[in-house]
Amino acid sequence: MQLSWKDIPTVPPANDLLDIVLNRTQRKTPTVIRPGFNITRIRAFYMRKVRFTGEGFVEKFDDLLKGFPNINDIHPFHRDLMDTLYEKNHYKISLAAIFRAKSLVEQVSRDYVRLLKFGQSLFQCKQLKRAALGRMATIVKKLKDPLNYLEQVRQHLGRLPSIDPNTRTLLICGYPNVGKSSFLRCITKADVEVQPYAFTTKSLYVGHFDYKYLRFQAIDTPGILDRPTEEMNNIEMQSIYAIAHLRSCVLYFMDLSEQCGFTVEAQVKLFHSIKPLFANKSVMVVINKTDIIAPEDLDEERAKMLQSVRDTPGVEVMATSCQLEENVMEVRNQACEKLLASRIENKLKSQARINNVLNKIHVSQPQARDDIKREPFIPDQFKQQKKYDPEDPERRMLARDIEAENGGAGVFNVNLKNKYLLEDDDWKNDVMPEIMDGKNVYDFLDPEIAAKLQALEEEEEKLENEGFYNSDEEENFGGFEGEEIDDIREKAQWIRDRQKKMIKEARNRKSLKNKAIMPRSKISKSFGDMERHMSTLGHELTTLQDKQRAQASKNRYVESGADVVFGGAEAASATNANGGKLRQSDRLLDGVADGSQRSKAERLAKLQRRERNRNARAGEADRHETASLPKHLFSGKRGNGKTDFR
Amino acid sequence: MRIYQCHFCSSPVYPGHGIMFVRNDAKEFRFCRSKCHKAFKQRRNPRKLKWTKAFRKAAGKELAVDSTLTFAQRRNVPVRYNRELVATTLKAMARIEEIRQKRERAFYKNRMRGNKERDFLRDKKLVESNPELLRVREIEIANAMAKEQAREEADAMESMDEDEEEMEIDSEEEEEEQKQKIMLKNRKRNSKKIAF
Repeated sequence: MQLSWKDIPTVPPANDLLDIVLNRTQRKTPTVIRPGFNITRIRAFYMRKVRFTGEGFVEKFDDLLKGFPNINDIHPFHRDLMDTLYEKNHYKISLAAIFRAKSLVEQVSRDYVRLLKFGQSLFQCKQLKRAALGRMATIVKKLKDPLNYLEQVRQHLGRLPSIDPNTRTLLICGYPNVGKSSFLRCITKADVEVQPYAFTTKSLYVGHFDYKYLRFQAIDTPGILDRPTEEMNNIEMQSIYAIAHLRSCVLYFMDLSEQCGFTVEAQVKLFHSIKPLFANKSVMVVINKTDIIAPEDLDEERAKMLQSVRDTPGVEVMATSCQLEENVMEVRNQACEKLLASRIENKLKSQARINNVLNKIHVSQPQARDDIKREPFIPDQFKQQKKYDPEDPERRMLARDIEAENGGAGVFNVNLKNKYLLEDDDWKNDVMPEIMDGKNVYDFLDPEIAAKLQALEEEEEKLENEGFYNSDEEENFGGFEGEEIDDIREKAQWIRDRQKKMIKEARNRKSLKNKAIMPRSKISKSFGDMERHMSTLGHELTTLQDKQRAQASKNRYVESGADVVFGGAEAASATNANGGKLRQSDRLLDGVADGSQRSKAERLAKLQRRERNRNARAGEADRHETASLPKHLFSGKRGNGKTDFR
Repeated sequence: MRIYQCHFCSSPVYPGHGIMFVRNDAKEFRFCRSKCHKAFKQRRNPRKLKWTKAFRKAAGKELAVDSTLTFAQRRNVPVRYNRELVATTLKAMARIEEIRQKRERAFYKNRMRGNKERDFLRDKKLVESNPELLRVREIEIANAMAKEQAREEADAMESMDEDEEEMEIDSEEEEEEQKQKIMLKNRKRNSKKIAF
């Protein structure tokens, strides 16, 4: 249930509302229309305007209706409070007026849209639209008063303290000027105005505080005068409603010093007259201003009156002084305790809640199946066991004693192996082998290993008998015998080696590997080379050798006189590999018939060179290396196209 | 402590060796050396690498199905220590290993059976198809033998001459020098190149 209404949207005055909606229509709908347009288009244009305006108003009204609380749906306390503050009927009528306006506007827009469907011209349609908007405006203008009233209500509602009627509440009430607000100031952080005149507090004030880690709210009410409720004014009614509707601990404040301007008698009388409101509530009477007069110092007459208050069942009287802050916290704590106790009591009284829990609990009571008595069993050993006594020499040995015997703490180490549960106690300190011959022993550890091994042995024996392990050496070599076989193997091996060698040589011959190629005709082979080669291939050479010898003797070189004369010249002239002259012409002499022509050609060449030499310019015969990276081709940005196009 | 198997090559991983990778589904992968670890990281398939046990088993190169291989098994049932049981287990382990090796040998022999014959037939064919190379070989052998014979003869001669030579060393040296000079002159004449 909603407890505070701080976020109701603002209610605009009627004129503003009108402006807002019409302005919005103007902005959000098309504005240009001409008589030449298609009539359906014109109709649609104006229908849209009318419908849009209607919807705008309806939307605004809906917001308003949704924002304000329905007075019948809220908590009775809030309902009564709002009734006293805003006059329930007025409030209801205002909201009803808005609701009616909403339905009227809807109706108007519906009617005029219907009429516009039959509009014959632009002018006609426009007049219809004007009429529609005008009627709507009239309806809204009539709402001027309700809207103003609702705006005020909204502002006031927003400022009301948010009082939760269901939480733990301390309610402070009493005559005006008895110190209610001072008490609230003392126990909470609420900044309530305290003034030395009556009716300083004119509405409810709320403060919060914690007690036993629980949140409490303390409500300060305006003072009440002792008169019938019909005569009470709005301010007093607020406190009456608070007392009546809130489930709380009521603190009735009294001032025995009568400085507030009301006699003790009047205060006691008021207490008795509002007592009926305290039904089902915990009540405390707080006597304030003990710094001026303590309840013990009262004269007899007044003490008697006070006694009548004390005698009321369920009422506790405490004394405090807000001025000196004396006993204030005790009063507060006592009130809280009382409140909590009563709340728990109420909770227990409501049966539904207890049943909820009880339904889930079930305690089973087994029924006796026969007459045998079943006592709890305690073994005899433990019944007879002697009580442990550290002085007794025959006492039981404890782990502590063992430790002390073996050198005490820090020296003695508990042997955990002693706790092992093994078949034989001798095995406790055995070392379990983990690895053997590169295998995990634990992988082989199997209670049935003996049987398995037995099976394996049997299998093995069977295999042996079958001749699985017999080595059958006799290999079939197609009727060849030992030496022959070796011979063939040897030959095959030799052939393989030889073939490999040949392949390698051939490859070497072919591969260039940065070597210049010698023309075949230039490679000289001596007769000896040929002889050797032929002999390795197994050819008979005797006939060839004879022939060669014969030829050699016939062509024997005889040194003549010419050899002596031209010896130097012959050495200088170019000879080919076989010693013969090269067929090459001298280029100096090419193309000239005789010596005179040659000298003439030389002269001309010199003349041509002369000018060039004089300028020290490079000629065609000069040595020149072109740049391997021509600068203009390999620098700068690249544009379109490939690198080839540079 | 326990000897684990390399996830990649199946070789034993002794305590303090290798590296372990734990995938985010808590599966452990142990590797015997960085080689296996790297191969794993490159997502190599151990069945396709010849050096792994997985390949050898898959390709039938090793004993893969045998009753001796069923003994070692990781059982996740704890067995309480029993001295006799452990003793029999240790004995059994030795015996199982012995049998396994025997079978492996038999397996290998069986696998290699027929290889020799095949090799021989290949050799025979090669020899039959290359008679001209064989002739070359015969000549080579003959030459080698001749050379050997010559050397032997020379050795025999030298051993005979040794006694006489010692007496005449000085006079012979001079004579030899003169002879060599004449020979060099003659050689010049004779070594004119002959073209053909």
